[in-house]
Amino acid sequence: MKKNIMIVGVGGQGTLLASKILGRAAMDSGLDVKVSEVHGMSQRGGSVVTYVRVGDEVYSPVIGKGDADVILSFEILEAARWLPHLKPGGTIVTSTQEINPMPVITGAAEYPAGLAEDMKALGVDVRAYDAPAIAAEAGSARASNVALIGLAADVLGFDLDVLRAAVAACVPQKALDVNLRAFDSAIGYAAKG
Amino acid sequence: MKTLLLGNESVARGLYEAGVRFVSSYPGTPSTEITEFAATYPEIYAEWAPNEKVALEGALGAAIGGGRSFCGMKHVGLNVAADPLFVTAYTGVGAGMVIGVADDPGMHSSQNEQDSRHYAIAAKLPMVEPANSAECRAYTKIAYEISERFDTPVILRLTTRVSHSRSPVEAGERVEREIAPYVKEPGKHVMMPANAKKRHVVVEEHLAALAEYAETTELNTVEENGTPVGIITAGNCYNYAKEAFGKNASYLKLGLLNPLPKKLIEDFAAKHERLIVIEELDPVIENHCRALGLKVTGKDVLPLCDEYSEELLRSRLLGIEPDYAEVGAAIPARPPVLCPGCPHRGVFYTLAKLKLRVSGDIGCYTLGAVPPLSAIDSVYCMGASISSLHGTAKVRGEEDRYVAVIGDSTFMHSGLTGLVNVVYNGGNTTTLILDNSITGMTGHQDNPLTGKTLKGDPAPNLSLEDICASLGVAREHIRAVDPNNLEELEKIVKEEVGASCPSVVICRRPCALLKSVKKNPPIQVDWDKCVGCKNCMKIGCPCISVTGKKATIDQSMCVGCGLCEQMCRFGAL
Repeated sequence: MKKNIMIVGVGGQGTLLASKILGRAAMDSGLDVKVSEVHGMSQRGGSVVTYVRVGDEVYSPVIGKGDADVILSFEILEAARWLPHLKPGGTIVTSTQEINPMPVITGAAEYPAGLAEDMKALGVDVRAYDAPAIAAEAGSARASNVALIGLAADVLGFDLDVLRAAVAACVPQKALDVNLRAFDSAIGYAAKG
Repeated sequence: MKTLLLGNESVARGLYEAGVRFVSSYPGTPSTEITEFAATYPEIYAEWAPNEKVALEGALGAAIGGGRSFCGMKHVGLNVAADPLFVTAYTGVGAGMVIGVADDPGMHSSQNEQDSRHYAIAAKLPMVEPANSAECRAYTKIAYEISERFDTPVILRLTTRVSHSRSPVEAGERVEREIAPYVKEPGKHVMMPANAKKRHVVVEEHLAALAEYAETTELNTVEENGTPVGIITAGNCYNYAKEAFGKNASYLKLGLLNPLPKKLIEDFAAKHERLIVIEELDPVIENHCRALGLKVTGKDVLPLCDEYSEELLRSRLLGIEPDYAEVGAAIPARPPVLCPGCPHRGVFYTLAKLKLRVSGDIGCYTLGAVPPLSAIDSVYCMGASISSLHGTAKVRGEEDRYVAVIGDSTFMHSGLTGLVNVVYNGGNTTTLILDNSITGMTGHQDNPLTGKTLKGDPAPNLSLEDICASLGVAREHIRAVDPNNLEELEKIVKEEVGASCPSVVICRRPCALLKSVKKNPPIQVDWDKCVGCKNCMKIGCPCISVTGKKATIDQSMCVGCGLCEQMCRFGAL
């Protein structure tokens, strides 16, 4: 199995936990893996990217343009921003959540409308979900990062049981039940198409 | 069993297994976690020092004292520690000493992207560079062996992508080491000219011995694939090269970056028609190859600026461009901003409102330069706010048009001497010290003013007011204010900027992210009263937006700091 997965979003949304889960799933699958994160900007509302590269032998810790099999996005503007890193035939699984960046808040720029549709019109395989709502239905909107992983489970390439066990191992144990419910609920949601 | 460890975490694991006793560092992205993880081991004494010079001197003293030591820092931190660094080659060590420095190609969080390999050459110290987490652990341990075998400190060089990526590591056991008995050797440790002259000769002998070691060390590896292309590389660039070329090239991967081998490189060069040197930042390896008379491809094709990637190498060296899509709409930038509730926000709003020019410094508060606050004129390096403003004021006068702004940790790092200079040399400038009770931007570390050490033990409560008074600032011109009280803050800043003597305004309010800080209920907008004047937007809080003609406040992000309430003239908040 060889996969390049990017996890993108806004600082504070929980992208780091998602990368830990995928890294764990890779290790438990007996694969080589590199997970690359950028610290420092994370809690200041900036754009954050984590790269997860899985395979028999992984060297580079980053993913360049046209090289990502999957982009998992916590926020739709970030999905559009990082679209150039998706390989032809790759899949974007994104939350429909919109968080205004400062230039939009001050009126210096506009938050573009219809981003999911624009990306689909380019022929990109985009799956957009209200991940926080799906997670809230299962018990807590804060489990939306785990929900997003569940929504993408079929393209991430991991064995479902291994992925679920990785979620169980990595989430704060006091929130174990709600996170597993969010994961299972998301799997069901994605299966319904 | 292998676990996924951060590069920095693996270095700390290496320190633990190597029997290291003493770690002293100053926080600096991307190096900070080395020391944080080292501190989790009870066997390792670990501390945050006020700055990197103090940290390195502490590590030197510990090594001379017979215990293996480490100090960690980011690349610009090595600039601060350079004075003791250069002397350590001459004094040698007792037990092994390793200086960890993390470069930041691409400047993910730094004011420059300097290449620390130059320091190894200039200071005549060996340098090792790992390429992944497993090597971080292994090379750290080898560094201590080199240090003790050749009686010299060793620099462990990391870069952001190695420090902050996770890859599989197999951990080992700690080997405890005895503290060596103390032997008085002034010829080795008292660096006055008569002694230093003799020690320089010894330094050159060490380097010659290391140059021999470089030819056969396990740190330098050759992967011979019988190809025309031979790539000479090191660190993370090896990873990018492997992805781009695979079996279509042979590789000389250097793990010892100073001294660089001669024969190893010449032998490798003889087997390959085309030599390519792949290194981020400066042509250090390339210049060494050219000095050996070799013809190489390097910075004539590859950039001097920014970090590298597989994508860059494929493009510049193989002529392969990526195939990708992008949306037509303009995607707004998403720069980092001050957090909701940040105590620095009110300060910069006030300074901009008073049309003061701001000599800024390094920390979260550097974000006061971002629109809409846009309140900072200059930021150079740690502590430069106070000292550079002093110079500007001496030339222009206009002390009532400027302030220096510095954080609590930055002040203790290198602001004290700047303030002494203002007092001693008859300056009249005003210094704002932003005391948010933490070293914030690097991820919340304690410092001499927080009352707690790295290990969580209580520390003496130092008083900023007392410190400034001891440095000679008149007590009546040392003011303290809650920066979220905009009216009071503006009044005090005006008074002190107008005073014709050195003054200090301590803006004291804890960082909004600290767990001990109680959040207030989110502010609500009364849409009956809101007229859409957008005055509240001027403070640049990410929670506030104006949609349609009314302000809205994101209830999940707002921490109820109350700053926007003071901005509203219509009582809508």
